Amino acid sequence: MFYPTSHPWTDDQTLAEHLESRGISRRDFVAFCAQISAVLGLGELASPRVAAALQAVKRPTVIWLQLQECTGCVESVLRTAEPTIGDLVLDVVSLDYSHALMAGAGHAVEAAKQDSMKANFGKYVLVVTGSVPLNEGGIYTMIGGRTAKELLEEAAKGAAAILAVGACAHWGSVQAARPNPTGAVGVQDIIKDKPIVNIAGCPPIGDVVTATVVHFLTFGRLPDLDPVGRPLFAYGARIHDQCPRRANFDAGQFVQVFDDEAARKGWCLYEVGCKGPATFSPCPIFQWNTRTSWPIGAGHPCIGCTEPQFWDTMTPFYGRLPDVGGFGIEKNVDLIGAALAVGATAGVVAHAAATGVHQMRERKRQLPVVDQPPGANRPGNPNA
Amino acid sequence: MAATKVVVDPITRIEGHLRIEAQAENGKITNAWASSTQFRGIEVIMEGRDPRDAWAFTQRICGVCTVVHAVASCRAVEDALGIKIPPNANLIRNLIHGMQFVQDHVIHFYHLHALDWVDVVSALKADPEGTARIAKSISPWPNNSATYFAEVQNRVKKFVGSGQLGIFTNGYWGHPAYKLPPEVNLLAVAHYLEALDWQRDVIRLHTIFGGKNPHPNFLVGGMASAINLNDTATINAERLTDVKDMIVRSRRFVEQVYWPDLVAIAGFYKDWASIGGGVNNFLSYGEFPEGDVGDVDKLYLPRGIILGGDLTKVHPFDPKMIEEYINSSWYEYSVGDAKGLHPYDGETKAKYTGPPPPWEYLQGLPKYTWMKSPRYDGRAMQVGPLARALVGFASGHEEIREMVKAVLDTLQVGPAALFSTLGRTAARGLETVLLARRMETWYGMLVDRIRGGDTKTFTKEKWEPSSWPKEEARGFGWLDAPRGALGHWVRIKDGKITKYQCVVPSTWNCSPRDGQGQMGPYEASLVDNHPLVRPDQPLEILRTIHSFDPCMSCGVHVLDATGNLVTEVKVQ
Repeated sequence: MFYPTSHPWTDDQTLAEHLESRGISRRDFVAFCAQISAVLGLGELASPRVAAALQAVKRPTVIWLQLQECTGCVESVLRTAEPTIGDLVLDVVSLDYSHALMAGAGHAVEAAKQDSMKANFGKYVLVVTGSVPLNEGGIYTMIGGRTAKELLEEAAKGAAAILAVGACAHWGSVQAARPNPTGAVGVQDIIKDKPIVNIAGCPPIGDVVTATVVHFLTFGRLPDLDPVGRPLFAYGARIHDQCPRRANFDAGQFVQVFDDEAARKGWCLYEVGCKGPATFSPCPIFQWNTRTSWPIGAGHPCIGCTEPQFWDTMTPFYGRLPDVGGFGIEKNVDLIGAALAVGATAGVVAHAAATGVHQMRERKRQLPVVDQPPGANRPGNPNA
Repeated sequence: MAATKVVVDPITRIEGHLRIEAQAENGKITNAWASSTQFRGIEVIMEGRDPRDAWAFTQRICGVCTVVHAVASCRAVEDALGIKIPPNANLIRNLIHGMQFVQDHVIHFYHLHALDWVDVVSALKADPEGTARIAKSISPWPNNSATYFAEVQNRVKKFVGSGQLGIFTNGYWGHPAYKLPPEVNLLAVAHYLEALDWQRDVIRLHTIFGGKNPHPNFLVGGMASAINLNDTATINAERLTDVKDMIVRSRRFVEQVYWPDLVAIAGFYKDWASIGGGVNNFLSYGEFPEGDVGDVDKLYLPRGIILGGDLTKVHPFDPKMIEEYINSSWYEYSVGDAKGLHPYDGETKAKYTGPPPPWEYLQGLPKYTWMKSPRYDGRAMQVGPLARALVGFASGHEEIREMVKAVLDTLQVGPAALFSTLGRTAARGLETVLLARRMETWYGMLVDRIRGGDTKTFTKEKWEPSSWPKEEARGFGWLDAPRGALGHWVRIKDGKITKYQCVVPSTWNCSPRDGQGQMGPYEASLVDNHPLVRPDQPLEILRTIHSFDPCMSCGVHVLDATGNLVTEVKVQ
C-alpha cells in the first residue's frame, strides 16, 4: 500500500513536464486546479495563472525557523496527505533549513541557511513556528548562540512572504498566556514590512499549511486574509455554522455531562463548554489526519485554539460560552439561559449572542479574565 | 596537542533547542557540556486555573510526545481529587499512549536518528538487486523487489541531480564513521520514505479517540469519546475496526521493517556497543496500567531502579529521594549553590550569568544551562527505553528478557553491550515491538468489556468543583513516556491550581553537573570512550545525543512573572 513517488522535479523540467513524468496529464492537472480554485474561492479567473505556473522550472525555496515552541506544528505538517510530506520535501519545494529534518547540525546547517537565503534573496518563503520571547534581551530562546528575535529578523529580510504557522507564531500561544513569563509574542509583532499569513491553531491542520504553500506557489501571492491575518479559504467559516451537531443545538439537544445518554447519541457539546460558536476554523470541513475525525466528532468540546488569546479568553475550557474568561457578560448568560428553556428558539438566540460577543472581542483584542467557576448558571441540567 | 573546542548548536533532528559543547583530543572527546537554551514557563501559567484545564496547557509542553503530559496531568488531578477512571477509559488511554510510543519511536529511528548511521549519498551507488536480496533475507515485508528499490534510488538520484539538496544540504556524507554498504543504505532510505507514509496512517488512532493529532483531547475523569455501537457519532464498530486495522498495520511495520532494519544496521556498528554508556543508574516509573492506575504491580512495563549497572537487583522507587541541584544552572539558592534541595523544600531564583548574546562558548563557565540537575539519592539517573528494558530485564519480565537475549545473540555481544549508545537505540526498538504487540491485548480487553455491556468512559461523580475536598488537595501524576520517567505534581485549593510542577525525562538526561561535579547522562555518555574523528563534522556526537531522543521543550523549568523559577515541588 505504500508507493513512494519516484519522480522528483528536476532543474530542467517545467512543472508540466514534471507532472507528465508522474503520470499526471496536463488535462488532469488543470481539472485538479479547477477543484482547488473552487476550494480556495478563486473561480474561473485562476486558469491563466495556473497555466503560467505550469512553466515554472525550479523548486521554490522554503526556510523553516523553529523558535519558542513545542514542535507540534512541525508534526502536524508531517501528517499532511496532499501532497505528502515526502512529496513536499522531495518534489514540490526545496526545504533548505529545518531543525526537525536537517541531516547536518550546528555550523553546517547554519551555513546552509545563510547560503540559501543569499542565493534566493527576495524569493524564498519563510515558515515560522514558535513565538519570540522578548524579556531579558531575548535569552529565553537561543539558537546557535543567537536570540530568536535576531534570527527571525535576519531571515525575514529576504523573504518573499512569511507563513506564521500555529498559535505561537501567530500571537504567542501558551507561553503568552497570563502572565506571559518570557514576554512571548508572534511574528506579526516583530516583522512589519513583509506579507504575513497566520495559519492559526494549536496546532493548525497540516493540510492548511500545505494548501497555503500551494496557493502561494500557484498564484504568486498569499490568499486573502481575515482581520486577524488568517486565510479565508480555511478560516472563513465558524465551526458552529459548519458543525454536524448543529441540528442538535437548534433542537435544544445538549450533552449535560460527559458520557451521559446525550453524549452517547452524539448531541451538541455547547453545555459542556464547546467554543465552536466563537471559533473560526476549518476543522469541521477539512477534518484531521486525512479526514479521520475532529475534536467535536470525537466527543470533546472545541477549545477555540484558532482564536487569538484563546488560553485566556476561552478558559475554563469546560465552562459554557458566556461563562468563560473572554465572555463574562451577565446579559448573555441570561439571554442564553432563557433561550435554552424554550427549545428550538435557543439556537437562534444563543447563536446571535455568541456572534455578538465574538465580534466585540474581535474589536477588543484582550478582555479581562473573569474567574467564574464552570457549571454555574446551567439551567435545565439534570445532572447538576 | 591541545584540545579542540567544539560547539554543536543547533543540535538538529530533535525536539527543542539543545547546544552541545565539547573538547576533543586525538580523536576522542575529553570533556562535554549539555546546554538547554529555551524557556517557556508553562507551569506558572497554570496557577489560578481550573485543574480540569491543566492537561491542555501541559500537553503543549511538547507536540512530539503529544500525549504524555496530558495523561500525566489527568492522573495528577485525578490523584488529587480521588477520581478513579473507568477501566474502558484506562484502556483507551493505553491504546493512545501505546500508539504514541510506537509511532514516535519509529519516527525517531528513521527521521531523527537514521541519518547518523545511513549515508544517503552512498545509496546512489547501490545495486538494487543486492538491496532486494538483503531485504528478503531479513524480512517478509512485501516492498522488497529490485524494481522497487531501483525506483527509490532513481528518485534520490533525480533529487540529488537537481542540485537542490534541501534538508540533505551539508550533511556529513562520506564521513569515515559511516560503515553501511551502499545496498543497506538504500534499504534504509526506502524505509525512511515509507515510514513517513506509515506514521501518518497509524496515528489516526489518536484522531478517533481524541479528535486530532498532534494534541488529541483528553478529559479528567476518563475520556470524552463516548461508546455507542448504535450511533454514527460515537465509538462504534466502524471506528473500532479502523483502530484494530491500525494496530495490525503498526505491528506489521514494526516487526517487518523497523526491527529487522535496526538489527541489520546495528550489525555494522557493533563498536558502538562499547561507546557512550555514561551514567549507569537507571530509573523507570513503569507504565501501562492493566488494572487500576494505583496498582503498580499491574503495570505492563515495570517500575524500579537499577544502580551501578547491577542487573541482579531492582531497587524500589521512592519519590522522596529526589533532589535538585543548581550548581551549573542559571539560578541561585539562599542556602548556597552547592547544596542540593529536595524539590518539596526547593527555592529557586533565576539568575542568568551567561554572556550577553551572541554566544561564542559556554564551556568553562560555572553555569551554562537553564536545565536543573535532578538527582536520586544523590545520583544522576538515566531514564528512557534502556532504563525500562533494564528494569524489566532485572525484574524477570519474560517478554523483555526474551527480546534482550535474542538481540544480544544475534549481534553476538554480551549484556555489557546494553550500556552504550547502541544499547539505547536497540532498547527503543525492542520495546516498540513489545508495545505494538501489547496494543492488541488492550484492544481485546476493551472489546470484551463492550461485548459484556460496559460502555462507561467517564466518572462524573467528582466533575463539579463543589464535590472536591475543602482542604488543599495534592496529587502526583507519574508516567513513563517514550523518553523516560515523567512526573506532574499538582496542588489544588478552592477549585484552582495553586502549584504545578513537572519533572520530565529530558531534565534527568540533559542535566548539567551537580554540586559534586557529577555529569548528567548526556554529558557522561560523551566522555565514555567516545570518538570524534573530525571536530568540524561532529557525526559521532549526534549519534550518542540522538540515542537519548532529546526532547528539550519538555525539560525546561518554570519561571514566574519576574523571571524567577517557581520552586515548590510536591513529592509523595
